[in-house]
Amino acid sequence: MTSGPAIEAEGLVRVFGKSLRAVDGIDLAVAHGEIYGFLGPNGAGKSTTVLVLTTLLPPTAGRARVAGHDVVHEGPAVRAAIGAALQEAALDPLLSGREHLRLQTALHGLPRARRKQRTDELLERVGLTEAADRRVGGYSGGMKRRLDLALALVHEPSILFLDEPTTGLDIQSRSALWQEVARLAREDGVTVFLTTQYLEEADVLADRVGIIDHGRIVAEGTPAALKAEIGRPTVEAEPADPADRERIAGALDVFGERVSRSPRSVSVRLRDGASGLADVVRALDAASLPVENLTLHAPSLDDVFLAKTGRSLEGAAEEDETEA
Amino acid sequence: MVATQVGAIAMRSIARTVRQPASFIPPLVFPTVLLAVNSGGLASVTGLEGFPTDSFLAFALAVPFIQGALFSTMNAGTDLARDIQTGFLSRLSLTPLRGSALLAGTLGGVVVLGQVQTAFYVLVGLAAGVDFHAGLLGIAVLFAFASIVSLGFGALGSFMALRTGSGEAIQGLFPLLFVFLFISSMNMPRDLIEIDWFRAAATANPVSYLLECVRSLIITGWDGEALALGFGVAGALAVVAVGLAAVALKERLART
Repeated sequence: MTSGPAIEAEGLVRVFGKSLRAVDGIDLAVAHGEIYGFLGPNGAGKSTTVLVLTTLLPPTAGRARVAGHDVVHEGPAVRAAIGAALQEAALDPLLSGREHLRLQTALHGLPRARRKQRTDELLERVGLTEAADRRVGGYSGGMKRRLDLALALVHEPSILFLDEPTTGLDIQSRSALWQEVARLAREDGVTVFLTTQYLEEADVLADRVGIIDHGRIVAEGTPAALKAEIGRPTVEAEPADPADRERIAGALDVFGERVSRSPRSVSVRLRDGASGLADVVRALDAASLPVENLTLHAPSLDDVFLAKTGRSLEGAAEEDETEA
Repeated sequence: MVATQVGAIAMRSIARTVRQPASFIPPLVFPTVLLAVNSGGLASVTGLEGFPTDSFLAFALAVPFIQGALFSTMNAGTDLARDIQTGFLSRLSLTPLRGSALLAGTLGGVVVLGQVQTAFYVLVGLAAGVDFHAGLLGIAVLFAFASIVSLGFGALGSFMALRTGSGEAIQGLFPLLFVFLFISSMNMPRDLIEIDWFRAAATANPVSYLLECVRSLIITGWDGEALALGFGVAGALAVVAVGLAAVALKERLART
């Protein structure tokens, strides 16, 4: 293990074409054994950052070291130290789970006797022993992701990159994968660099979170610290009659600054914290403004994203998809 | 370690083909059906003065060998293109796999399948009563020749896949290769082709020499010139195509 951070980047830039700055000057340092959540909407630059850090894409500028090795000049040493499950489980539908692991162990140069042993260990670890000899084309999304994880672990890497590992999975599969990732970090001391667009995933799993938007890290810290930085809860009022929306907004403006959460509702970050909720109810009642729903939101990572970028994470994803 | 990597990739290539009947049955069935149809329909051609054999089946048996190799172009190319499109190549890139081992393994699988096709067509010929004039040694040479041809066409397909990253582009190449097959000495010895432009095109077409090499082993025996031209063309194709594929692979595997 190197003495410095497991992963570090300084001024990392990746430009596509003449002007598309997918990664626009990222600085980060991830400690050994840490789970670092890289949170952002689609198109924010998460996957491009992972490709650069895993040596699959050279940076346009800046530098990065992974496991103490420069990603540009020491590619093979970086790859020997890392495992990666990239976006979309890249598996061969015609091979079985066991055949994938056999191939991977052979390519990593494990001794012949060790290959079968390691294959069996990993199949058991990710709960695929029974399905090991079935073709991957018949696996569920969760099974594919678990196999993807097992393949990334074949050579016992000290650093693991997971690019949106739970996208498209049901809650149960997502939860099972979270447990396995947490176990890798806590029990085996593996450093995990995890990209996600799920707030809950970053919140539950990550020791620290970096929030990325338009290729830049806009906030970084532990989930608790980031939320504490925002501090105040938000009240969201959904009018019973959409025509009342502006009047409700006028009534709520006196309680704090307005934030954009949903086009149907009005949201205000309460200046006086949760204790201001009673006053909000009284004000709406006094103005005879009926609401369909009144919700108090504790600060979330979405609020952090909102505070730093002026957009909610969900809205940002939709915007980016529209732009694309 | 490189040998292990080549073996592992070749095994995957073979397993993929065997598990997709649509990729190995057509290269066996279609050329055989075409052989049967042509042998029946064009049998009277053997009556032409100067035709080198009285069995059109023996004359035409060379065609499926080359057609099978063309199919291997498509198989090797589409498999590699799919690996690029699905990200499987990126997965392989993260291992210590050498580019040369990836190419050798992929092409090794193609060559093994080329041998299976060759064995099939030899058996079809023997079952239909074709006498291989070059004997058992000639059949062994035929297998060696098929290896080089499969290697060349497989590398061509791999090159296309690596350059375009698209299975559709490979499929687009396939009809073009068939045009080369049809504008060749496929159905008639070049010196008996009466239409000037066609004879000139067939003479300029390297596929003619591949066909004539195979054909010489079946109907002539040992024809040094046909063998030299056939092996020369096949060898040149293999060297050029493997070289192009190697360069394209280096560009595609843009890992640092």
